[in-house]
Amino acid sequence: MRLSAVDLACHRGGRDVFVGLSFAVASGEAMAITGRNGAGKSSLLRTIVGLVRITHGQLALEGGDPELTIAEQAHYLGHQDALKPSLSVAENLRFWVGFLGARAVDIQPSLDAVGLDELADLPAAYLSAGQRRRLSIARLLAVKRPIWLLDEPTSTLDASAQQRLAGFMRTHLAEGGLILAASHGSIGLDGAQELRLGQATPSPLAASAPSPLVGEGWGGGSESGAIASTGAIRLTTPTTNPSPQRGGGERKTS
Amino acid sequence: MSPLAALLIRDMRIAVRVGGGALMGVLFFLVVVTLVPFAVGPDLALLKRIGPAILWLAALLASLLALDRLFAADHEDGSLDLILMSHAPLELVVAVKGVAHWLTTGLPLILAAPLSGLFLNLDAPAEAALVLTLLVGTPALTFIGLIGAAIAVALRRGGLLLAVIVLPLTVPVLIFGVAAANAAVVGPVPFGTPFTVLCALTLASLVVGPFAAAAALRQEME
Repeated sequence: MRLSAVDLACHRGGRDVFVGLSFAVASGEAMAITGRNGAGKSSLLRTIVGLVRITHGQLALEGGDPELTIAEQAHYLGHQDALKPSLSVAENLRFWVGFLGARAVDIQPSLDAVGLDELADLPAAYLSAGQRRRLSIARLLAVKRPIWLLDEPTSTLDASAQQRLAGFMRTHLAEGGLILAASHGSIGLDGAQELRLGQATPSPLAASAPSPLVGEGWGGGSESGAIASTGAIRLTTPTTNPSPQRGGGERKTS
Repeated sequence: MSPLAALLIRDMRIAVRVGGGALMGVLFFLVVVTLVPFAVGPDLALLKRIGPAILWLAALLASLLALDRLFAADHEDGSLDLILMSHAPLELVVAVKGVAHWLTTGLPLILAAPLSGLFLNLDAPAEAALVLTLLVGTPALTFIGLIGAAIAVALRRGGLLLAVIVLPLTVPVLIFGVAAANAAVVGPVPFGTPFTVLCALTLASLVVGPFAAAAALRQEME
């Protein structure tokens, strides 16, 4: 099985998120997608599963099931955990196993593997961020699919859970699966190829509106201005409603 | 278990759990209907005459109450991404969600309608006719509401927009639902005439609703 992209481009919200992207990942291989904030890591993963339309270029899967689309043979672990707070841990997992079309799967081994077996009857509302992420990972283990698309899978996991995830990924690769993981740090796999996004030319936004914050900390880039300002808002006040505090925060940082 | 059965069971479970919309809808319905006699006063003839209209209005508002969360909740927690990726046709997924919503909010309203009919001085034959019109008409409300729920999926305060979009579309259902119920209570039109139109409206909405809502969702997720 081989997933390949040729000259892939994605255009969203009036700007090019990425252009001219080519890569190939074969069975048993992993690829780490790296790049600064807003470089298009998540967009690339969403493009592969068809949640974002391909603007230009081609995406092909060789050796897969010809009856199924790439998305139907892939697991997508996004930023959100796709869990319902009012359902228990086991009910959440059982739903996804049923919905993703696996027949008569025992979910217990998957819950054991991510260390949530003792919490199986607890409503998901009581889980911590890391536990929620582990429960989403259990979905990948319970339903076998060859392609794993992971969007910053380690972001809320503690060190031992990160090692466990790395173990799951190695097993998946050994079984002939392939993994694409967007990440800022190491995804814990040796020999993974790396795809760096965001080496493109700086956008007009960064060039025309140089603020000290953009210049120092965040690096030039098409989305860096927006990121810097939302980051400043978040630092000063957690609420999103406009208030005098918010204005103060922006003044302070720029 | 097939994907659609899994989805139906999950949505119904969520609706009857804490924070779900099932109990909220029926309580809202009962409160609205109970308030009317207090506002109108104890004029039994008047209550009997406006009773079917009040019950229908309350059912319409109650079935819209939890509708704005139908797709928005799945959108916010990322479930909708996985649903869109799946093998199951989106139109059927949307229809199944509509069925789950109707079973948990529409059906309880219909079960509560005879009780609230007592407050409005409706006798047994009138209540039977009213329950029948609600049974046939409320699925149309839900399935028309699906379209609004899908359009408002990515909006923060989608509920308000939903009401503005959906309420005008429900006018025909309201007209023929109330007309059929009134025909049974006071005449003179035979019950069958408006009732048949109501059935037709429901059947049309069962077909159009899922397709329109699925198209809106696809457009929205781009």
